[in-house]
Amino acid sequence: MIDKRVRDIAEGLEGIQDGSTVMVGGFGSVGQPDSLIEGLIEQGARELVIVANNAGSGHVGLAKLMEAGRVRKIICSFPRSAGSVVFEDLFKAGKLELEIVPQGTLAERIRAAGAGIPAFYTATGVGTKIAEGKETREFDGKTYLMERWLPADVALVEAWRVDRWGNCDYRGSGRNFNAIMATAAKTTIVLARKIVELGEILPENVVTPGLFVSRVVPFQSNIPV
Amino acid sequence: MSEFTPLSRRAMAARVAHDIPEGWVCNLGIGIPTLVADCLPIDREVILHSENGILGMGPSPAPEDIDPWVINAGKQNVTLLDGASLFHHADSFAMIRGGHIDLCILGAFEVAENGDLANWATSAEDAAPAVGGAMDLAVGAKRIWVVTEHTTKDGAPKLVSHCSYPLTAPGVVDRIYTNLAVIDVTSRGFEVAEIVPGLSFEALQAQTGAVLHRKEN
Repeated sequence: MIDKRVRDIAEGLEGIQDGSTVMVGGFGSVGQPDSLIEGLIEQGARELVIVANNAGSGHVGLAKLMEAGRVRKIICSFPRSAGSVVFEDLFKAGKLELEIVPQGTLAERIRAAGAGIPAFYTATGVGTKIAEGKETREFDGKTYLMERWLPADVALVEAWRVDRWGNCDYRGSGRNFNAIMATAAKTTIVLARKIVELGEILPENVVTPGLFVSRVVPFQSNIPV
Repeated sequence: MSEFTPLSRRAMAARVAHDIPEGWVCNLGIGIPTLVADCLPIDREVILHSENGILGMGPSPAPEDIDPWVINAGKQNVTLLDGASLFHHADSFAMIRGGHIDLCILGAFEVAENGDLANWATSAEDAAPAVGGAMDLAVGAKRIWVVTEHTTKDGAPKLVSHCSYPLTAPGVVDRIYTNLAVIDVTSRGFEVAEIVPGLSFEALQAQTGAVLHRKEN
Protein backbone atom coordinates (compact mmCIF):
# COMPACT_ATOMS: atom_id res chain seq x y z
CA MET A 1 0.00 0.00 0.00
CA ILE A 2 1.33 3.41 -0.92
CA ASP A 3 1.04 5.66 2.07
CA LYS A 4 3.04 8.93 2.19
CA ARG A 5 1.47 10.10 5.44
CA VAL A 6 3.81 10.59 8.38
CA ARG A 7 2.92 10.86 12.07
CA ASP A 8 4.08 14.36 12.79
CA ILE A 9 6.29 17.28 11.77
CA ALA A 10 9.48 15.68 13.16
CA GLU A 11 9.00 12.56 11.01
CA GLY A 12 8.12 14.77 8.04
CA LEU A 13 11.39 16.71 8.29
CA GLU A 14 13.68 13.75 8.99
CA GLY A 15 16.98 13.66 7.13
CA ILE A 16 17.22 17.29 5.95
CA GLN A 17 20.96 17.98 5.72
CA ASP A 18 23.03 21.06 6.59
CA GLY A 19 23.51 23.26 3.53
CA SER A 20 20.28 22.11 1.84
CA THR A 21 18.36 24.33 -0.55
CA VAL A 22 14.85 24.52 0.89
CA MET A 23 11.87 25.98 -0.99
CA VAL A 24 9.12 27.50 1.08
CA GLY A 25 5.70 27.89 -0.54
CA GLY A 26 3.07 30.53 0.06
CA PHE A 27 2.48 34.16 -0.86
CA GLY A 28 1.89 36.43 2.10
CA SER A 29 0.31 34.30 4.79
CA VAL A 30 -1.75 32.27 2.30
CA GLY A 31 -0.38 28.76 1.82
CA GLN A 32 2.69 29.35 3.94
CA PRO A 33 3.59 26.17 5.84
CA ASP A 34 4.70 27.98 9.01
CA SER A 35 4.70 24.92 11.28
CA LEU A 36 7.03 23.01 8.92
CA ILE A 37 9.39 26.00 8.72
CA GLU A 38 9.48 26.35 12.49
CA GLY A 39 9.89 22.55 12.71
CA LEU A 40 13.23 22.99 10.96
CA ILE A 41 14.52 24.82 14.04
CA GLU A 42 14.06 21.70 16.17
CA GLN A 43 15.19 19.46 13.29
CA GLY A 44 18.51 21.29 13.46
CA ALA A 45 19.71 21.71 9.84
CA ARG A 46 22.05 24.69 9.42
CA GLU A 47 23.51 26.82 6.61
CA LEU A 48 20.25 26.56 4.69
CA VAL A 49 19.58 28.28 1.37
CA ILE A 50 15.93 29.36 1.39
CA VAL A 51 13.90 29.96 -1.78
CA ALA A 52 10.70 31.91 -1.05
CA ASN A 53 8.87 34.93 -2.45
CA ASN A 54 9.24 36.94 0.75
CA ALA A 55 11.80 37.00 3.54
CA GLY A 56 9.34 36.50 6.39
CA SER A 57 7.64 38.97 8.69
CA GLY A 58 7.28 39.39 12.43
CA HIS A 59 9.01 36.65 14.43
CA VAL A 60 7.17 33.56 13.16
CA GLY A 61 7.78 31.01 10.40
CA LEU A 62 10.63 31.97 8.10
CA ALA A 63 11.56 34.99 10.24
CA LYS A 64 11.90 32.71 13.29
CA LEU A 65 14.12 30.27 11.35
CA MET A 66 16.34 33.15 10.20
CA GLU A 67 16.42 34.59 13.71
CA ALA A 68 17.64 31.19 14.96
CA GLY A 69 20.66 31.63 12.65
CA ARG A 70 19.87 28.65 10.39
CA VAL A 71 19.75 30.48 7.08
CA ARG A 72 22.90 31.30 5.09
CA LYS A 73 21.22 32.71 1.99
CA ILE A 74 17.78 33.69 0.80
CA ILE A 75 16.62 33.75 -2.83
CA CYS A 76 13.45 35.83 -3.17
CA SER A 77 11.67 38.60 -5.08
CA PHE A 78 10.40 40.84 -2.30
CA PRO A 79 12.48 40.73 0.91
CA ARG A 80 11.28 44.03 2.31
CA SER A 81 7.69 44.18 3.43
CA ALA A 82 5.72 45.31 6.45
CA GLY A 83 7.29 43.64 9.48
CA SER A 84 10.34 42.12 7.75
CA VAL A 85 12.44 43.24 10.71
CA VAL A 86 14.43 40.02 11.17
CA PHE A 87 15.54 40.01 7.53
CA GLU A 88 16.55 43.67 7.64
CA ASP A 89 18.60 43.30 10.84
CA LEU A 90 20.43 40.18 9.64
CA PHE A 91 21.02 41.63 6.18
CA LYS A 92 22.42 44.91 7.56
CA ALA A 93 24.68 42.95 9.92
CA GLY A 94 26.06 41.02 6.93
CA LYS A 95 24.80 37.72 8.33
CA LEU A 96 22.55 36.85 5.42
CA GLU A 97 23.29 36.53 1.71
CA LEU A 98 20.55 37.78 -0.65
CA GLU A 99 19.72 36.96 -4.27
CA ILE A 100 16.94 39.15 -5.71
CA VAL A 101 14.98 37.54 -8.54
CA PRO A 102 12.01 39.13 -10.36
CA GLN A 103 8.91 37.25 -9.26
CA GLY A 104 7.99 35.83 -12.66
CA THR A 105 11.57 34.75 -13.29
CA LEU A 106 11.63 33.11 -9.85
CA ALA A 107 8.43 31.20 -10.66
CA GLU A 108 9.71 30.14 -14.09
CA ARG A 109 13.12 29.04 -12.73
CA ILE A 110 11.25 26.82 -10.28
CA ARG A 111 8.88 25.51 -12.97
CA ALA A 112 11.85 24.84 -15.29
CA ALA A 113 13.59 22.82 -12.58
CA GLY A 114 10.48 20.69 -12.12
CA ALA A 115 10.18 20.22 -15.88
CA GLY A 116 13.85 19.34 -16.46
CA ILE A 117 14.70 22.50 -18.44
CA PRO A 118 18.15 23.82 -17.39
CA ALA A 119 17.71 27.38 -18.73
CA PHE A 120 15.32 29.64 -20.60
CA TYR A 121 15.20 33.14 -22.12
CA THR A 122 13.01 35.99 -20.85
CA ALA A 123 12.65 39.72 -21.59
CA THR A 124 12.29 40.40 -17.86
CA GLY A 125 15.28 42.32 -16.52
CA VAL A 126 16.86 43.25 -19.88
CA GLY A 127 18.54 46.67 -19.56
CA THR A 128 18.49 46.56 -15.73
CA LYS A 129 20.82 45.61 -12.86
CA ILE A 130 19.31 42.10 -12.93
CA ALA A 131 20.97 41.50 -16.32
CA GLU A 132 24.51 42.12 -15.05
CA GLY A 133 26.77 39.15 -15.82
CA LYS A 134 24.03 37.21 -17.60
CA GLU A 135 24.06 35.94 -21.16
CA THR A 136 21.71 37.72 -23.57
CA ARG A 137 20.51 36.60 -26.97
CA GLU A 138 18.37 38.07 -29.71
CA PHE A 139 15.28 36.25 -30.97
CA ASP A 140 13.15 37.77 -33.76
CA GLY A 141 14.75 41.17 -33.23
CA LYS A 142 14.24 41.39 -29.46
CA THR A 143 16.81 40.89 -26.68
CA TYR A 144 16.28 38.27 -23.98
CA LEU A 145 18.16 37.21 -20.83
CA MET A 146 19.17 33.66 -20.12
CA GLU A 147 17.99 32.48 -16.72
CA ARG A 148 18.83 29.11 -15.17
CA TRP A 149 16.59 26.59 -13.50
CA LEU A 150 16.36 26.58 -9.73
CA PRO A 151 16.18 23.07 -8.31
CA ALA A 152 16.00 22.35 -4.57
CA ASP A 153 16.74 19.57 -2.13
CA VAL A 154 13.53 20.07 -0.19
CA ALA A 155 10.21 21.84 -0.83
CA LEU A 156 7.94 22.75 2.09
CA VAL A 157 4.43 23.10 0.75
CA GLU A 158 0.99 23.73 2.22
CA ALA A 159 -2.04 22.23 0.49
CA TRP A 160 -5.73 22.14 1.40
CA ARG A 161 -6.82 18.50 0.91
CA VAL A 162 -4.27 15.70 0.47
CA ASP A 163 -4.73 11.91 0.17
CA ARG A 164 -2.30 9.11 1.07
CA TRP A 165 -0.91 9.03 -2.50
CA GLY A 166 -0.02 12.71 -2.10
CA ASN A 167 -2.63 14.15 -4.49
CA CYS A 168 -3.29 17.77 -3.50
CA ASP A 169 -5.73 20.57 -4.05
CA TYR A 170 -5.43 24.15 -2.79
CA ARG A 171 -7.78 26.71 -1.33
CA GLY A 172 -8.30 30.30 -2.54
CA SER A 173 -5.07 31.92 -3.70
CA GLY A 174 -3.06 29.20 -1.88
CA ARG A 175 -1.80 27.56 -5.07
CA ASN A 176 0.75 30.36 -5.64
CA PHE A 177 4.34 29.04 -5.28
CA ASN A 178 3.20 25.79 -3.63
CA ALA A 179 2.06 24.02 -6.80
CA ILE A 180 5.31 24.74 -8.67
CA MET A 181 7.73 24.19 -5.76
CA ALA A 182 6.14 20.77 -5.22
CA THR A 183 7.57 19.76 -8.62
CA ALA A 184 11.10 21.15 -8.20
CA ALA A 185 12.61 19.41 -5.17
CA LYS A 186 14.15 15.99 -4.51
CA THR A 187 11.96 15.73 -1.41
CA THR A 188 8.57 17.47 -1.31
CA ILE A 189 6.98 17.68 2.12
CA VAL A 190 3.32 18.73 2.13
CA LEU A 191 1.52 20.13 5.15
CA ALA A 192 -2.06 18.92 4.64
CA ARG A 193 -4.85 21.08 6.05
CA LYS A 194 -7.14 18.06 5.62
CA ILE A 195 -6.23 14.43 5.01
CA VAL A 196 -8.83 12.80 2.77
CA GLU A 197 -9.53 9.33 1.34
CA LEU A 198 -8.30 8.39 -2.14
CA GLY A 199 -10.88 9.54 -4.68
CA GLU A 200 -12.30 12.26 -2.48
CA ILE A 201 -10.51 14.87 -4.60
CA LEU A 202 -12.04 14.25 -8.02
CA PRO A 203 -9.29 13.30 -10.53
CA GLU A 204 -10.10 16.36 -12.67
CA ASN A 205 -9.61 18.60 -9.64
CA VAL A 206 -6.20 17.30 -8.49
CA VAL A 207 -3.76 20.22 -8.85
CA THR A 208 -0.56 18.52 -7.68
CA PRO A 209 -0.52 14.84 -8.70
CA GLY A 210 0.86 12.63 -5.93
CA LEU A 211 3.99 11.62 -7.86
CA PHE A 212 5.51 15.01 -6.96
CA VAL A 213 4.92 14.47 -3.22
CA SER A 214 7.27 12.57 -0.89
CA ARG A 215 5.68 13.01 2.55
CA VAL A 216 2.30 14.18 3.84
CA VAL A 217 2.24 15.83 7.27
CA PRO A 218 -1.18 16.24 8.94
CA PHE A 219 -1.90 19.85 9.97
CA GLN A 220 -3.31 18.69 13.32
CA SER A 221 0.18 17.81 14.53
CA ASN A 222 0.69 21.57 14.65
CA ILE A 223 -1.41 21.85 17.83
CA PRO A 224 1.02 22.42 20.71
CA VAL A 225 0.95 19.82 23.53
CA MET B 1 -1.65 82.90 -8.65
CA SER B 2 -4.58 80.72 -9.63
CA GLU B 3 -6.43 78.31 -7.37
CA PHE B 4 -6.18 74.59 -8.01
CA THR B 5 -6.64 71.37 -6.02
CA PRO B 6 -4.33 68.41 -6.62
CA LEU B 7 -6.20 65.09 -6.87
CA SER B 8 -6.28 62.89 -3.76
CA ARG B 9 -4.93 59.33 -4.02
CA ARG B 10 -8.49 58.06 -4.29
CA ALA B 11 -9.35 60.63 -6.98
CA MET B 12 -6.24 59.64 -8.96
CA ALA B 13 -7.35 55.99 -8.83
CA ALA B 14 -10.86 56.98 -9.94
CA ARG B 15 -9.41 59.06 -12.81
CA VAL B 16 -7.46 56.02 -14.10
CA ALA B 17 -10.41 53.67 -13.60
CA HIS B 18 -12.51 55.98 -15.80
CA ASP B 19 -10.18 55.32 -18.77
CA ILE B 20 -10.11 51.50 -18.65
CA PRO B 21 -12.30 50.15 -21.47
CA GLU B 22 -14.80 47.36 -21.00
CA GLY B 23 -13.33 43.90 -21.51
CA TRP B 24 -9.71 44.66 -20.70
CA VAL B 25 -7.67 42.40 -18.42
CA CYS B 26 -5.72 44.58 -15.97
CA ASN B 27 -3.08 44.04 -13.35
CA LEU B 28 -2.82 46.52 -10.50
CA GLY B 29 0.45 47.25 -8.72
CA ILE B 30 0.89 48.04 -5.05
CA GLY B 31 -0.12 51.46 -3.63
CA ILE B 32 -2.47 53.85 -5.49
CA PRO B 33 -2.96 51.32 -8.35
CA THR B 34 -4.56 48.89 -5.86
CA LEU B 35 -7.26 51.51 -5.14
CA VAL B 36 -8.40 51.27 -8.79
CA ALA B 37 -10.17 47.99 -7.92
CA ASP B 38 -12.59 49.94 -5.72
CA CYS B 39 -13.17 52.73 -8.27
CA LEU B 40 -14.28 50.86 -11.42
CA PRO B 41 -17.73 51.86 -12.69
CA ILE B 42 -20.24 49.19 -11.63
CA ASP B 43 -21.60 48.74 -15.15
CA ARG B 44 -18.18 48.12 -16.74
CA GLU B 45 -16.79 44.57 -16.97
CA VAL B 46 -13.03 44.77 -16.47
CA ILE B 47 -11.15 41.62 -15.40
CA LEU B 48 -8.55 42.25 -12.71
CA HIS B 49 -5.49 39.99 -12.57
CA SER B 50 -3.47 39.52 -9.40
CA GLU B 51 0.07 38.13 -9.76
CA ASN B 52 -0.47 35.61 -6.95
CA GLY B 53 -2.89 33.68 -9.11
CA ILE B 54 -6.27 35.39 -9.48
CA LEU B 55 -8.28 36.48 -12.52
CA GLY B 56 -11.59 38.16 -11.73
CA MET B 57 -10.59 39.86 -8.48
CA GLY B 58 -13.35 41.99 -6.93
CA PRO B 59 -13.29 44.93 -4.54
CA SER B 60 -12.09 44.69 -0.94
CA PRO B 61 -14.57 42.81 1.29
CA ALA B 62 -16.72 44.08 4.15
CA PRO B 63 -15.15 42.93 7.46
CA GLU B 64 -17.74 40.15 7.89
CA ASP B 65 -17.07 38.80 4.38
CA ILE B 66 -13.28 38.35 4.68
CA ASP B 67 -11.95 35.03 3.35
CA PRO B 68 -8.39 34.76 4.74
CA TRP B 69 -7.44 32.50 1.80
CA VAL B 70 -8.00 35.17 -0.84
CA ILE B 71 -5.46 38.01 -0.94
CA ASN B 72 -4.03 40.34 -3.60
CA ALA B 73 -0.42 41.14 -4.54
CA GLY B 74 -0.23 43.63 -1.66
CA LYS B 75 -1.34 40.85 0.76
CA GLN B 76 -4.68 42.58 1.42
CA ASN B 77 -7.93 40.63 1.58
CA VAL B 78 -9.93 40.80 -1.63
CA THR B 79 -13.03 39.16 -3.10
CA LEU B 80 -13.58 36.93 -6.13
CA LEU B 81 -16.24 37.85 -8.69
CA ASP B 82 -18.50 35.24 -10.27
CA GLY B 83 -16.41 34.01 -13.21
CA ALA B 84 -13.11 34.27 -11.33
CA SER B 85 -10.35 31.68 -11.73
CA LEU B 86 -7.38 30.66 -9.58
CA PHE B 87 -3.98 29.37 -10.70
CA HIS B 88 -0.34 29.06 -9.62
CA HIS B 89 2.53 31.53 -9.99
CA ALA B 90 4.06 30.03 -13.15
CA ASP B 91 0.71 30.27 -14.98
CA SER B 92 0.14 33.74 -13.57
CA PHE B 93 3.44 35.01 -14.94
CA ALA B 94 2.93 33.13 -18.22
CA MET B 95 -0.14 35.36 -18.62
CA ILE B 96 2.04 38.40 -17.89
CA ARG B 97 5.17 37.47 -19.86
CA GLY B 98 3.14 35.96 -22.67
CA GLY B 99 1.46 39.29 -23.46
CA HIS B 100 -2.04 38.27 -22.35
CA ILE B 101 -2.58 41.22 -19.96
CA ASP B 102 -4.02 44.32 -21.67
CA LEU B 103 -2.88 46.83 -19.10
CA CYS B 104 -0.73 47.07 -16.01
CA ILE B 105 -1.02 50.05 -13.68
CA LEU B 106 2.11 50.65 -11.60
CA GLY B 107 3.50 53.18 -9.16
CA ALA B 108 6.86 54.84 -9.86
CA PHE B 109 9.83 56.58 -8.27
CA GLU B 110 10.69 58.12 -11.65
CA VAL B 111 9.48 58.02 -15.26
CA ALA B 112 11.68 59.37 -18.06
CA GLU B 113 10.45 61.10 -21.21
CA ASN B 114 11.48 58.05 -23.28
CA GLY B 115 9.24 55.79 -21.16
CA ASP B 116 11.95 54.38 -18.89
CA LEU B 117 10.47 53.24 -15.58
CA ALA B 118 12.24 53.20 -12.20
CA ASN B 119 10.09 51.82 -9.40
CA TRP B 120 12.04 49.19 -7.47
CA ALA B 121 15.28 50.53 -6.00
CA THR B 122 15.94 53.98 -4.57
CA SER B 123 19.67 54.02 -5.34
CA ALA B 124 22.34 52.01 -7.09
CA GLU B 125 23.71 51.19 -3.61
CA ASP B 126 20.36 49.85 -2.39
CA ALA B 127 21.55 46.29 -1.88
CA ALA B 128 18.22 44.84 -0.78
CA PRO B 129 15.57 46.32 -3.03
CA ALA B 130 12.21 44.62 -3.43
CA VAL B 131 11.42 43.98 -7.09
CA GLY B 132 8.44 41.63 -6.76
CA GLY B 133 6.63 41.26 -10.09
CA ALA B 134 7.33 44.79 -11.39
CA MET B 135 10.01 43.84 -13.95
CA ASP B 136 7.93 41.02 -15.41
CA LEU B 137 4.84 43.23 -15.63
CA ALA B 138 6.74 46.16 -17.11
CA VAL B 139 7.95 44.12 -20.10
CA GLY B 140 5.04 41.71 -20.39
CA ALA B 141 1.81 43.72 -20.24
CA LYS B 142 0.56 45.21 -23.52
CA ARG B 143 0.41 48.71 -21.98
CA ILE B 144 1.93 50.32 -18.90
CA TRP B 145 0.20 53.20 -17.18
CA VAL B 146 1.85 54.82 -14.18
CA VAL B 147 -0.06 56.46 -11.33
CA THR B 148 2.04 58.65 -9.06
CA GLU B 149 2.22 62.00 -7.29
CA HIS B 150 3.68 64.54 -9.72
CA THR B 151 6.62 65.25 -7.38
CA THR B 152 8.24 63.66 -4.33
CA LYS B 153 7.29 64.82 -0.83
CA ASP B 154 10.23 67.25 -1.04
CA GLY B 155 8.94 68.69 -4.33
CA ALA B 156 11.52 67.02 -6.59
CA PRO B 157 10.10 66.06 -10.01
CA LYS B 158 9.28 62.39 -10.64
CA LEU B 159 8.80 62.96 -14.37
CA VAL B 160 12.32 63.49 -15.65
CA SER B 161 14.49 63.55 -18.77
CA HIS B 162 16.61 60.61 -17.52
CA CYS B 163 15.97 58.27 -14.57
CA SER B 164 18.61 58.52 -11.85
CA TYR B 165 17.36 55.41 -10.01
CA PRO B 166 17.98 51.85 -11.28
CA LEU B 167 15.56 50.95 -14.06
CA THR B 168 12.71 48.49 -13.76
CA ALA B 169 12.52 48.39 -17.56
CA PRO B 170 13.58 50.72 -20.40
CA GLY B 171 11.02 52.47 -22.64
CA VAL B 172 7.82 50.82 -21.40
CA VAL B 173 5.54 53.55 -19.98
CA ASP B 174 2.65 54.66 -22.23
CA ARG B 175 0.74 57.06 -19.99
CA ILE B 176 1.14 58.78 -16.61
CA TYR B 177 -1.65 59.86 -14.25
CA THR B 178 -0.47 62.26 -11.56
CA ASN B 179 -2.27 64.35 -8.96
CA LEU B 180 -1.83 67.31 -11.36
CA ALA B 181 -2.12 65.97 -14.90
CA VAL B 182 -2.55 63.14 -17.38
CA ILE B 183 0.50 62.82 -19.62
CA ASP B 184 1.13 60.58 -22.61
CA VAL B 185 4.62 59.28 -23.35
CA THR B 186 5.08 59.71 -27.09
CA SER B 187 7.92 59.60 -29.61
CA ARG B 188 8.56 63.32 -28.92
CA GLY B 189 8.42 62.93 -25.13
CA PHE B 190 5.85 63.96 -22.54
CA GLU B 191 2.59 65.19 -24.08
CA VAL B 192 0.06 66.79 -21.72
CA ALA B 193 -3.45 65.41 -22.24
CA GLU B 194 -5.14 66.96 -19.22
CA ILE B 195 -4.35 69.37 -16.36
CA VAL B 196 -6.31 69.83 -13.11
CA PRO B 197 -8.57 72.91 -13.33
CA GLY B 198 -6.87 76.15 -12.30
CA LEU B 199 -3.28 74.97 -12.92
CA SER B 200 -1.47 76.53 -15.90
CA PHE B 201 0.70 74.63 -18.39
CA GLU B 202 3.66 76.77 -17.26
CA ALA B 203 3.07 75.96 -13.57
CA LEU B 204 2.91 72.25 -14.44
CA GLN B 205 6.12 72.56 -16.47
CA ALA B 206 7.82 74.14 -13.44
CA GLN B 207 7.15 70.96 -11.43
CA THR B 208 8.36 68.61 -14.18
CA GLY B 209 11.96 67.55 -14.81
CA ALA B 210 11.64 67.29 -18.60
CA VAL B 211 10.12 69.30 -21.41
CA LEU B 212 6.32 69.07 -21.66
CA HIS B 213 4.62 69.27 -25.02
CA ARG B 214 1.12 70.54 -25.70
CA LYS B 215 -1.09 67.98 -27.36
CA GLU B 216 -1.48 68.60 -31.09
CA ASN B 217 -5.11 68.54 -32.12
